[in-house]
Amino acid sequence: MKAAAFDYVRADNLEHALGILDEAGSEAKLIAGGQSLVPMMAMRFARPSLLVDINRLEELKKISQDEQTVRVGACVRQRDIEFNYSLGRTAPLLKKALSWVGHSQTRNRGTIGGSLVYADPSAELPLASLVLGASMHLQSDAAGLREVEAADFFLGPMFTAISETECLVAIDLPIWHGQRIGSAFTEVSMRRGDFAMASAACQLQTNDDGSLRRISFGVGGVNSTPIVFPQIAQRMIDKPLTPGFAKEVAAEVAKECDPGSDTHVSSRFRRSLAGTLLARVMLEALEDSMLNGASK
Amino acid sequence: MNTVSVQIIVNGTLYAKEIEPRMTLVDFLRDELGLTGTHVGCEHGVCGACSILLNDEPIRSCCIFAVQADGMAVTTVEGLALGRGQLSKIQDAFCEKHALQCGYCTPGMLIACHDLIKHTPHPSAEEVREAISGNICRCTGYQQIVDAVLYATDPKGATHE
Repeated sequence: MKAAAFDYVRADNLEHALGILDEAGSEAKLIAGGQSLVPMMAMRFARPSLLVDINRLEELKKISQDEQTVRVGACVRQRDIEFNYSLGRTAPLLKKALSWVGHSQTRNRGTIGGSLVYADPSAELPLASLVLGASMHLQSDAAGLREVEAADFFLGPMFTAISETECLVAIDLPIWHGQRIGSAFTEVSMRRGDFAMASAACQLQTNDDGSLRRISFGVGGVNSTPIVFPQIAQRMIDKPLTPGFAKEVAAEVAKECDPGSDTHVSSRFRRSLAGTLLARVMLEALEDSMLNGASK
Repeated sequence: MNTVSVQIIVNGTLYAKEIEPRMTLVDFLRDELGLTGTHVGCEHGVCGACSILLNDEPIRSCCIFAVQADGMAVTTVEGLALGRGQLSKIQDAFCEKHALQCGYCTPGMLIACHDLIKHTPHPSAEEVREAISGNICRCTGYQQIVDAVLYATDPKGATHE
């Protein structure tokens, strides 16, 4: 359980890091919080010959916002997001998802970007980023900066649209404006902080009459990537979210899931769990929206 | 074999060493400095036995390479008490309430509980359970650990300083 030998470079700035990646290609790997990569290296599932440390790059640790979007630097620690007051108002779902991510000891080191590029199918932040319609800013020496929507970013288990010479530099989260916005996140796992058997997230906004103005939701842990259901969500607009309706939609979503079986959970149970959790977060988000009458 | 120079402050003392980049911080503490209070359990971030404070925040020292902590300050379980032969309030409570049997998880538990009561001086039992949720104990069933933290932080029991 010791990592194979590697060379180590602490990047002075982003340009420096990208230059090294461009030269070294697949031999090199970026390390941010290391909460996934270091265990992967200890088990020798990953054995980069060069580790480029981007932990001290202040340019990747900024949080900024304009009218439409909040931008979170890829190296912002999960714990710093959890306790960021303005993010709690502009992207409350992110904060709710984070309370399920690992433990305080791992969130003190783990970064938002690291969790997204690791792309575990049952991880919380990829699901939250999909539900919120985030977009990823990827930068490389050769190709410069490009933006990839979350929906196009997650391609499979531990597999994303990022190339080996690119670095995820920031994540843009659209801000929902207006009143009566609610969100919720939940999951079931074997042990607190473990990867989820299934997870579900929802953000919604209601009209004055209580009907749905806007809704986005998804489930994690059941397919090779977390998934969202924009077409189903579209059909729900202007209808009231009754418990019966939430269950109906959740059952339809569960049918579209294609989960695998493992030692602990059968495919059938996982699918049923995903539906149950989804109905639950929808109704919790609705309740949350009723508490949020005040403008955001 | 490539080595790198690191300078790390551990429990208030500055150490300068030449190490391999692949050495984890917990191996650095135990093998290079002889500070064996911090335990190595799973070596992949699951059990919490290797928890330490890095720049005053609890982290797992098996999930960070020592070279990454260059220039930073580490507090291990050896650094929790004020002086040699003394116990911190939380360490004393662990003794009083039998919060350990084999002792393997104890350094990690103490770090987690130390951090909890720094931010939440009078935690509820639920808050204690949340705080130690990242640390595995196979002896106590956790109940005595929760009892110890509540004992140490009981606002009415201020006499057992």
